[in-house]
Amino acid sequence: MSVKPAASLRSRHLLGIDPLSPEEIQLILDTAEHMREIAKRPIKKVPALRGKTVVNLFLEPSTRTRFSFEVAEKRLSADTLNFSASGSSVEKGETLLDTARNLEAMEPDFIVIRHPNPGAPHMLAKVLKSSVINAGDGTHEHPTQALLDALTIRLRRGTLEGQVVAIVGDLQHSRVVRSNVLLLSRMGAKVRVAGPPSLIPVGMEKLGCEVYHRMEDAIAGADVVMMLRIQLERQERMNFPTVREYFDLFALTPERLKLAKKDCLVMHPGPMNRGVEIDSRVADGPQSVILEQVTNGVAVRMAVLYLLAGGSGEPIAD
Amino acid sequence: MSRLLIKNARVVDPSQKLDEGLDILVVDGKIAKLAERISDAQAEVIDATGLVAAPGFVDVHVHLREPGFEYKETIASGTAAAVAGGFTAVCCMPNTCPVNDNPAVTEFILARAREAGHCRVYPIGAISKGQAGEELAEMGEMVRAGAVAFSDDGKPVVSSYLMRRAMEYSLLFGVPIVDHCEEPSLVGRGVMHEGAVATRLGLAGIPAAAEEIAVLRDIVLAELTGARVHIAHLSTKRALEAVRQAKGKGLAVSCEVTPHHLALTDEAVASSNYDTNTKMNPPLRSAEHVQAVLGGVLDGTVDCLATDHAPHHADEKAVEFDKAPFGIVGLETAVPVTFDLLVAKHRMPLSRFVALWSTNPARIFRLPGGTLRVGAPADITIFDPELRQKVDPGKFRSASRNTPFAGWRLRGWPVVTVVGGKVVFRRG
Repeated sequence: MSVKPAASLRSRHLLGIDPLSPEEIQLILDTAEHMREIAKRPIKKVPALRGKTVVNLFLEPSTRTRFSFEVAEKRLSADTLNFSASGSSVEKGETLLDTARNLEAMEPDFIVIRHPNPGAPHMLAKVLKSSVINAGDGTHEHPTQALLDALTIRLRRGTLEGQVVAIVGDLQHSRVVRSNVLLLSRMGAKVRVAGPPSLIPVGMEKLGCEVYHRMEDAIAGADVVMMLRIQLERQERMNFPTVREYFDLFALTPERLKLAKKDCLVMHPGPMNRGVEIDSRVADGPQSVILEQVTNGVAVRMAVLYLLAGGSGEPIAD
Repeated sequence: MSRLLIKNARVVDPSQKLDEGLDILVVDGKIAKLAERISDAQAEVIDATGLVAAPGFVDVHVHLREPGFEYKETIASGTAAAVAGGFTAVCCMPNTCPVNDNPAVTEFILARAREAGHCRVYPIGAISKGQAGEELAEMGEMVRAGAVAFSDDGKPVVSSYLMRRAMEYSLLFGVPIVDHCEEPSLVGRGVMHEGAVATRLGLAGIPAAAEEIAVLRDIVLAELTGARVHIAHLSTKRALEAVRQAKGKGLAVSCEVTPHHLALTDEAVASSNYDTNTKMNPPLRSAEHVQAVLGGVLDGTVDCLATDHAPHHADEKAVEFDKAPFGIVGLETAVPVTFDLLVAKHRMPLSRFVALWSTNPARIFRLPGGTLRVGAPADITIFDPELRQKVDPGKFRSASRNTPFAGWRLRGWPVVTVVGGKVVFRRG
């Protein structure tokens, strides 16, 4: 490894990949590798966060991320509280700050927040004593997703450095692409992105990637192809003609996958729209590591919670 | 007979090409004499040694919020903020509730301003009824009641047809049409300047083109109609180039720039971690635009400065960036923010600085101020070019505190404000 892991994280919050140094990223990934082993034990639980309380404040629909955090918290012996928008004070018009302050009055140690608006976790971090973990803020960042993607690539390839990673899809509305470009470029991977030009945000290349329009150009010779979901619910107005044409131009099909390296990994952050951005033969094929990503998600979230609680990078004794 | 004597001031008055050490004698609300060493036993004396005395500063773009939004600002609190910021006159925008689209509202605003007794208030009437962008409001009635210009500010006039008719109709009264230039279909759900910073922050962008298309349209219509057109809060490079060209052609096009569009870039949204006090419309632009617009201020293409003072209640701003209303207060920081940047940093001559805040806006809006000529109303802004002080929103007279400049250490604060010969503000 060329990057030496940091001894600890500087911030008590994880608001995004942007504030992290390569050394901190390395520390989280190394710690996550140790965490993976816990899931293989007969008793999948360690006492690292015993007596700590975690609030999962999910104000946007989520299945995978919410469960993944909850499993991670439970494996570390934390007490968890789950909050979702429907049926809550938020539906009655309470502001985010008031909701968070009320929850904090119950003295939790962590607030894991998923929110439809960019910067919502940052707003909480300014006023709360708890550690705030961003579990996805609108179209901004999704740091634990990028960390689990990086762990998945690293476990398969041994390193992130020099890996050619092509990310394809709705770049405009994707927090996953922002966090992934920031992380992978910082760790020495070569990142290419592609999507309909009407869904490429201005200045995308400044995040640390090469921008392509044609998918074929982006995936040629790639080590990893990461497909993004087309976020139909976030299209304020139609930015491309039809889903049918999108599949025609931007779906990962077995034919297109042949343009990449022979052993190229196929990734997707989920939930997949089969037949829209990915062909089932690829999603379920031998190169797909989509379910490994989910498994690694738990390990990465355990590592983040453990490190933010003040743990060191060493393996956990039980 | 009330008499006021300002001693030993550096008098800067571009309307008379004046920049020298003089005394100013004010009698009964009017400038009575400008000379060296005036003595007057009965006059109240202000020692202005080391201070600059200028014709009263005029802010042609202010939201006083009354009637309808008194929890954000009232005419009394807004005009108190104005004089504390060195302004002797403000023009207030019509987007109140009800909208200032008829003489009853215009008269109400003027009555409230008189009661408050801080500074002069010149209402700007709405171009369209209810600012709905459909039918012309009764401009003639409002002019008779005291309106000095027309604008649907806060909203663009989307219909080019309506804008053309408004410009033509304004020729009857010789008043400027002030436009908030924005092509709404390009703005969509945008909340900040479209560019690399918005992309990094995941916030929906407002492209510079949305402003530029509207500015270009207005200039085309200004040429077609011959009307006087004033571009509000200009903030982009191409918009500035368009105004420069229009002036080159001799069109009656003028423009204003706000202090925040000169002193801040879109990076402020990132560095403040999504502080909603960096959210306004037009949005803070990228460095490239800010440099270009600053160049336009320095080379004289930009006619005047204006705050776009837009108070909002703290509760309204204490929400997610996407959900916060656009706008910041500006009256109590505008003079030091611009003095610090333009005079202290960019070495702008004081006479140019005074022209941008006083002579020029008074000329464009045909207001009685903007000069210290003998016989003119004694509206005088006295500021201290050496005074360095921190911005403390806790001390604002405005009912709102939504400023991105909190804690900034700035130079060039207003210290005494005189309206109609009466001292209406004296710094601490």
